[in-house]
Amino acid sequence: MDTDLSLAGLATGLRERSFSSVELTAALLAQIAERNPQLNAFITVTADEALQQAAAADAALAGGDSSALCGIPLAYKDIFCTRGVRTTCGSRMLEEFIAPYDATATARLAAAGAVMLGKTNMDEFAMGSSNENSHFGTVANPWDDTRVPGGSSGGSACAVAAGLAPAALGTDTGGSIRQPAAFCGVSGLKPTYGRVSRYGMVAFASSLDQAGVFARSAADIATVLPHMAGFDPLDSTSSEHEDPWLDACTTQPLGTARSGRIGLPKQYFRDLGVTEASLQSACQVLEASGFELVDVSLPHVDAAIPCYYIIAGAEASTNLSRYDGVRFGHRCDNPQSLEDLYRRSRSEGFGAEVKRRILTGTYALSVGYYDAYYLKAQKIRRLIQQDFLAAFADVDLIIAPTTPDIAFKRGDLVDDPVAMYQQDIYTIPASLAGLPAMSIPCGTHQGLPLGLQLIGPHFAEKRLLETAASFQQQTDWHLQRPGQNPQAADSGSET
Amino acid sequence: MADIDIQHLANLAQLELSQQEISVVGEDLQRIMIMVDQMQAIDTGNVEPLAHPLDARQRLRPDQITETIERDLYQQGAPATADGLYLVPRVVE
Amino acid sequence: MSWESVIGLEVHVQLATNSKIFSGAPTAFGAEPNTQACVVDLGLPGVLPVLNEEAVRMAVKFGLAIGAEIHPYSVFDRKNYFYPDLPKGYQISQFEQPIVGRGSLTVHVEGCEPQQVGITRAHLEEDAGKSIHDAYAGLTGIDLNRTGTPLLEVVSEPDLRTAAEAAAYFRQLHSLVRYLKICDGNLAEGSMRCDANVSVRRVGDPELGVRAEIKNINSFRFVEMAITYEIERQIELLESGGTVARDTRLYDAERNETRSMRSKELSNDYRYFPDPDLLPVELDQSFIDAVAADLPELPEAKLKRYVAQLELSNYDAAWLTQDPEVAEFFEAVFAQAGNAKLAANWVMGELSAALNKAELSIAESPVPAATLGELLQRIADGTVSGKIAKGLFDTLWQSGGDVDTIIAREGLQQVTDSGEIQAMVDEIVAANPDQVAQFLSGKDKVFGFFVGQVMKASKGKANPAQVNELLRAALKK
Repeated sequence: MDTDLSLAGLATGLRERSFSSVELTAALLAQIAERNPQLNAFITVTADEALQQAAAADAALAGGDSSALCGIPLAYKDIFCTRGVRTTCGSRMLEEFIAPYDATATARLAAAGAVMLGKTNMDEFAMGSSNENSHFGTVANPWDDTRVPGGSSGGSACAVAAGLAPAALGTDTGGSIRQPAAFCGVSGLKPTYGRVSRYGMVAFASSLDQAGVFARSAADIATVLPHMAGFDPLDSTSSEHEDPWLDACTTQPLGTARSGRIGLPKQYFRDLGVTEASLQSACQVLEASGFELVDVSLPHVDAAIPCYYIIAGAEASTNLSRYDGVRFGHRCDNPQSLEDLYRRSRSEGFGAEVKRRILTGTYALSVGYYDAYYLKAQKIRRLIQQDFLAAFADVDLIIAPTTPDIAFKRGDLVDDPVAMYQQDIYTIPASLAGLPAMSIPCGTHQGLPLGLQLIGPHFAEKRLLETAASFQQQTDWHLQRPGQNPQAADSGSET
Repeated sequence: MADIDIQHLANLAQLELSQQEISVVGEDLQRIMIMVDQMQAIDTGNVEPLAHPLDARQRLRPDQITETIERDLYQQGAPATADGLYLVPRVVE
Repeated sequence: MSWESVIGLEVHVQLATNSKIFSGAPTAFGAEPNTQACVVDLGLPGVLPVLNEEAVRMAVKFGLAIGAEIHPYSVFDRKNYFYPDLPKGYQISQFEQPIVGRGSLTVHVEGCEPQQVGITRAHLEEDAGKSIHDAYAGLTGIDLNRTGTPLLEVVSEPDLRTAAEAAAYFRQLHSLVRYLKICDGNLAEGSMRCDANVSVRRVGDPELGVRAEIKNINSFRFVEMAITYEIERQIELLESGGTVARDTRLYDAERNETRSMRSKELSNDYRYFPDPDLLPVELDQSFIDAVAADLPELPEAKLKRYVAQLELSNYDAAWLTQDPEVAEFFEAVFAQAGNAKLAANWVMGELSAALNKAELSIAESPVPAATLGELLQRIADGTVSGKIAKGLFDTLWQSGGDVDTIIAREGLQQVTDSGEIQAMVDEIVAANPDQVAQFLSGKDKVFGFFVGQVMKASKGKANPAQVNELLRAALKK
């Protein structure tokens, strides 16, 4: 069967009994079985559970359930605790950890009838921009297997791009949904901070982490998001913001936006390099659609990377203290003392990047450095947020490149952490400010996808998704699949 | 920039690093901190730190028992337990 | 060449909430290991804290009771260190912006003037688990049931100068938290634990000496003994030319000495920073006002009222107000009996003795307050004599019952009919001519014999005052 349908198409097919959820799930599992050995997108494939869930969904469908996600197979980044299923966070530390409870986000999707195909590969504890930091091996970019898919949600991006799942969950702390979405030619949304519950989502940087969605289109994202979003009493940082529009997305198809002011930050639009052509072309499309493009300024964005690495590092360094070999997770053999237990378990369990970030964070919080680093970073964070708020007084949305270039080759940046951090140059500021942001395909270069980033004010997912939908009505970058005419559609050769 | 005492940080973070690792990580951290020092160029004189992106206050939860404890389930993957207790090498106080 | 000691106490008060400070797990004491540690308490991957309203309310209540400034804006911070009873590798506490600011407590040390002891601050934090060291060879067992129990850490100013003052302060704090019903005060179960910071300096020296911290003392007696030992230890050390090390010590009750702990925590840099999983606490004035409206009469105020309005002595008032359950009982007895002094005497005397002997708390008294009050009423209105009443009390204690019913059933009423008493007096006087002669010849003591005889004849029920009066009159003849 053709599994390459939109979520709406799949839901229709299920409702009209063109196929069953079991058939759809089995077809996807077969594709996963065939392609995962090379792609390595999945760490755990929950085949038996998936078929059981699919069967239950078929029964519900037969009973008249017509909800949009009933029987739809999804993949979840291995950072979400799934009860009874291994949850590794891409780390040796949790290699055999079976979560005893469910994350709120995935539990809500299950309650909406979604079927879990499995847990996808990721950079260890969400720290990375290439999925090269996983204990379970690297993930291939389906467009070119010598290149990285991006990170940290590399597995989910790859799964959707390769057609192994119609949609997948990821998490984004500094760009970990948007950047892999751009590298893999799919759409990816990081919602407003507080929009989706973080309960059960293993913490990397608490004030930055957000769960989000990968899919083939903005419309598909809008189908998944409302089911996961919403206040959760188990998460103190979960927002009580009411959003009737988002609630209605469970039944209403996504609309499009045809007017509004879009800001182009001059700090971004000066040295575009490789992304220039596709961005110019995207701007033309948007203008032709009826949007007004204006210059805006985000004067402090250059300080975003250091600011982020201090805040994320500090928060992560303490979030990871619980991995101590005492109650769960990896424990070293024959610990000779408590100290030995801690040090060897942690050193064996964590990879190099994780250790680097823990040490950076420890340093930033240590006696004598708190003011110069952590506090300073918090102040810069406010300046960055203020920059955005000032810009949004003038425009409805901001656009930017998602990444500085196409997906890089595996191994290129592994030895240069600072260069790796620069990958997130465009995505980090929105994370610091807690703003919703998404990446949609907008072109190719040398046959590899490039992404356009849309950033909106807090809780403006409607604006983001409808603008993206409008763009996706006018263009077909999001319909491109790896392996189809990779050269012909290169935006570098278009006017 | 003064040398960062990696061993001290590793002690605080309960990480064990070989001499080689200390040296490599030391260099990495130096480079990272040089990058981080870009922050100092920005004037943050009267700026209030931003701890949370949303300007919200802590919600208070009613004082009710809402959790069912499944000890055996939680301890299934535990490295070492006995009589419901988690075991670690003897701690000397 | 004389020394003075400077003492500050940090008391951890376990708040009596139903659920933990950051999770919905139960807090009851004594459960099987790890059966009250939920996923949040265990610090499993992905869990998050949510703040218990009642813990906040209790903290505010305490702050108001010590006349402190309540900080409507306060922040929870992570205090980072590794220890197996601390599952997350950090404790959620409050560092720079605690919920309660400066206040004070009036402390009464026997034989001294009441003293105002400053309280620097009080803040909320979560308790850690327990380590069991001796059950498994070469291993320590960790029970995380207690993890996440709300604690209010109360920090005193270094205003205390003697071990006795420190013990009295701890006692006063204990009394207060029980009055406020924010803590059950069960020291044996660890509901309150005290760390004492002790230093010495020469009298007149403005500088503070190096202080040592004695951790986790959990009885009033041990507080006094531990501090006494430590002061002497420090003085001896300094007088012999040594220096006091700034360390953490444990009190060994068996040997009555303090011992240095392996300074695991001293080498720690706690790296405090605001917990990003929690938002700042912002309390409305209405929240604080509601708590204020709910404050009970505090022990200090109650003491003053007993002295001023009930005309009890300072000593009696202090005795009765130490424990809120005793005060409550006393007030119920008094409400029934109408006589404060009588009620005080009986509560402090007969009742207290009986409770101590049976090892019962006043809440477990088999004689209810109202019943005791009735008994005292019958003394006051002359129905029974004080002596008979004591026997009646024993009956009530052993087998319960109603005061008037027992009096009627056993015919315990005082005999007050002067005719009846006169008859008995005449009979006794007539029957004992020798003693009459002795009395008339000046042996006043013999009067007691006559009183005894009349009482015996009346089976103890004759009204003693009337017996006295009539006997005197009879013997004059």
